[in-house]
Order: sequence, then structure tokens, then C-alpha cells
Amino acid sequence: MEQIHLTCIRCPRGCQLEVAVEDGAVVSVAGNACKRGETYAKTEAVNPVRVVTSSVPVTGNPAHHMVSVKTKGDVPKAKVRAVVDALKGLTVESPVAIGDVVLADAAGTGVDIIATRNV
Amino acid sequence: MKAAYDIVAVGGGPAGLAAAISARDAGCGSILVIERDRELGGILNQCIHNGFGLITFDEELTGPEYAARFEEQALSGGIDFMLDTMVIDVSADKLVTVVSRAEGLVQIQAKAVVLAMGCRERPRGALNIPGFRPAGIYSAGTAQRLVNIEGFMPGREVVILGSGDIGLIMARRMTLEGAHVACVAELMPYSGGLKRNIVQCLDDFGIPLLLSHTVVRIEGQKRVEAVVIAEVDGRGKPIPGTEVTYPCDTLLLSVGLIPENELSLSAGVELSPVTRGPVVNEILETNIPGIFAAGNVLHVHDLVDYVSQEAAVAGRNAAAFVAGNLDDEVGEIPLVATDGIRYTVPQSIDPSRMADELVVRFRVGNVYENRYISVYFDDERVKHLKRSILAPGEMEQVKLKKAELAAKPGLKTITFKLEEA
Repeated sequence: MEQIHLTCIRCPRGCQLEVAVEDGAVVSVAGNACKRGETYAKTEAVNPVRVVTSSVPVTGNPAHHMVSVKTKGDVPKAKVRAVVDALKGLTVESPVAIGDVVLADAAGTGVDIIATRNV
Repeated sequence: MKAAYDIVAVGGGPAGLAAAISARDAGCGSILVIERDRELGGILNQCIHNGFGLITFDEELTGPEYAARFEEQALSGGIDFMLDTMVIDVSADKLVTVVSRAEGLVQIQAKAVVLAMGCRERPRGALNIPGFRPAGIYSAGTAQRLVNIEGFMPGREVVILGSGDIGLIMARRMTLEGAHVACVAELMPYSGGLKRNIVQCLDDFGIPLLLSHTVVRIEGQKRVEAVVIAEVDGRGKPIPGTEVTYPCDTLLLSVGLIPENELSLSAGVELSPVTRGPVVNEILETNIPGIFAAGNVLHVHDLVDYVSQEAAVAGRNAAAFVAGNLDDEVGEIPLVATDGIRYTVPQSIDPSRMADELVVRFRVGNVYENRYISVYFDDERVKHLKRSILAPGEMEQVKLKKAELAAKPGLKTITFKLEEA
């Protein structure tokens, strides 16, 4: 049995949650003031995920040096830094539109990185 | 470019765009948006993180994506734009003076003006930190622009003063770009930022948040070499003997936002000493008839979704003002904020002119647990809403219905207060 400590982000109260995990499943949540804390803990303790955002250099458009990008969906929290590192050295060429894939399958996550701006 | 418009929106960020769109959709055919930057979208362009639009679009967009959706609507017709153009004066009779490299000095006569200039960051000069004036001290928003728009890293070893949301966001951003963020120091015993940002921007990366701490000295003459951080007492005064020196090359300041109201003042608009934005009535009109305000110029918001909603109300009412469709005034009822509630927007309501449902937004002055938000019509308590937690960093809102006020003729005062459970 593993004890995981989390701060709930569902409201400003920030309940300190103690989550017991066994065999990759949440067996108990304590410290939450409401039901939402339990729901939050159940995913965050077992499979924390994040959307990663960044910006990369863009060429061919004198008005812009950078284009903002994001992972098209959630990636595992543990992979966040690897995803950012995968963007190092990447340059995209204008024109690029919102939703265009600028890097496929970032850091082996299976998730594409897409532009979030029209440049 | 004609020199007269029915409605001029000052600012092409989320507030100006939403106001212009709703004014157009309300039937106004002569609208101009003036933006000082070379592109629309305002500060959203540099807010490349996600979390925007949950309320408006039911999805988590980045700032540029949120802005693009409104730009698309605004550019679909019926609205003119002046970019790269600075408004330098708005007069009480709604003569708008602008200057741009392309057009020089131009005056535009408006029938109604929507103030949508947003806010700006409190600078170092507002803080009284002793020490030299070395390079390496930036507001968090300036650093955000440098990293996200210009593609420069302002430094490698970073200390952040103030736990406002932009500072928290930049702690994560600079960490991911290879900098080391030593800590975030916050003068108050609570954070000014959203809980979500503390967890996902600081806790995720092991960056300590030092509550009740401040920077007492900046070292380095040409470039920041270190900052000295001390604990503060209950009155915010540094406690001798608690100083810790953090070697660093960069200090980011995220110490509050102030509505940008120089133009409002030149027009004679009355400002609230609490919000530092205009005092407005139920249609978000200032004390100058036909001059409206919305978004961060009115009061600083946490969520852009509410900026867009608020600005849509201002735009719709500006269109009604121009068309002569506003109902006659019967008299403004003042809203009083007390007992833990710092202010309300709007500050007064005319029940005859209010919408069927009116959103009153406000902030509390401290962290409170298990309180009721109570609304009194004179001495009668009409709303009693339980909140398990209230914090200054999170804006609250209560909806009032026109029918509720209509049922209470002769009402003198509407009071918003916190009450113990």
C-alpha cells in the first residue's frame, strides 16, 4: 500500500489529501472536505496528466519570432519535461495555423504537438 | 477611415473584442476598435498556457486560441479596426484622440465609448525595496512576453516576489525552459493566485512558496547578484534575523495588477479607490453618460471568460445607448460592500434598467472559511449563500433578478456582506 499526498485544486480551500493506492488503484481518500476532492484524487494519484504548452521559433514572418504550441491532449505528468526537451531545436515555417501539427508523437507519448496561433 | 463612429472600443483585447461583437450583434452598424499593439488579442497573445475558455467554450484553450475565436467573430464583418494606434485622450463629450505612425494624429467623434484598456502590473517602484537598480528585475508579464513572444530567456537563476497568477505561470515556464526558480516569496499569509496554479506550477516542480516573506534587499550593481528574503510579522514588517540570501541573476515581480485608467481620468470618469477602476451602474456605464467600461480596466479578473461576459454586457448597453433604447432611469440604488467584502461591480443598480438577471461580481479581503455571502435589501436578508472557503485571489459572483428588486419598491440600499455560519 502506498500513501500519496496531494493538494486538491478543485477550489481555493486546497484540501490536503491523503490517498492510499494499492496495485495502481485508489483504495481510500482522506482529508477532502467534499466529494470533488475524492474525484480529483482518484485520477491525480494514479494517472496524473498535464497539457504541456510552449513556444517555438517561427521563420518566414517578420512580424513574429515565435509561435505558441501545445500538446493536443494530456500527457503523463512524468513526461512533461521530455516533451519540452523534444521541442528544443525545432523551428517551424510560416504560415502555420491553429491546430497544425508541428511535432508528431512528442517524446514517444503518442500525442502530437500543435500550433495554438495563426502565424 | 471615417472620423465618426457610433461606438469606439478603446482596446482590442478580450474586453474590447467582446464588447464590439455584442454591440454589432445588438444592431449597431458603426463600431471601431482601437488597439495599440500591431495585432488584436491583447495580453492573451502572450498567455500561451491553457485553462482559458472553460466557461465560454467548455474546453481548456490556450490564450492565443481563446483570442482567435473572438477575433474570428469580430473580423466577420461590421466592425472597423485601427491597429498600432494609441489612444491619447478621451474627452467627456466622447471625442477620441489617437496617434499612429501611419495616420499621425486623428480625432474620432464617438456617440458611445467602451473603455477596455485592461490593467498593468505594479512595478518595482511601487514596492520600496532598497538597493541598486541593476538589470535583471522584470515584472512577470514582461518576462512572459520575452520568453513567449520574443523568444528570449531573461535569466537562469530566478527568484519570484509575489504569488500572483502570472508569477506562478512564469515559475513553471522558466523552469521548463531550463532556468532554476529558487522560490516564490509572498508578503501575505495566503497566495494571491489560483490554487490550480500553485499545484501545477510550483508543487509539480518542487518550487517552494514562502508565505509571509518578502524581498528586503537586492544585491548587485550592474546585474542582480542576489536577493535577500526575510519573514514578515502580522503587519507585514520584516523580522530581523530571518534574512536568507538567494544568489540569482533575475528577480520577477508578480505583485498585483492595477486597472489602466489614465484615459478614464482625462474623460472625467469617477474611479473607485478600491477597484481603481471606474464606478459603474447596472449597465456598466460610468458617471459620464455613454462611456462604458468592462474587463480588467473596470476591476481585475482571474478568468477571461468573465471578462468576455462583462464586456458583452457593456457592448450591448452601449448599442442600446446609441439607439436610444435604454429604459428611463428611475433612480440608482447603491450597493454597499462591507464585513469582509471589499467591493462590488456594479456599484449601483437602477431596477428599471437592469437586465432580467444581473451578475454582481466582488472580492473578499481575506481568507474566510465557512461563511455565508449575504445580500440585504435594506434590513431584509434576501440571499444567504454558503461558501466553505473564500479567498481574495478568487472573484465571487451573485446573481440578482429584476423581479426580486421589483418586488421591493422604495428600496434604499443593497448590502453585500459575509456572515458567520
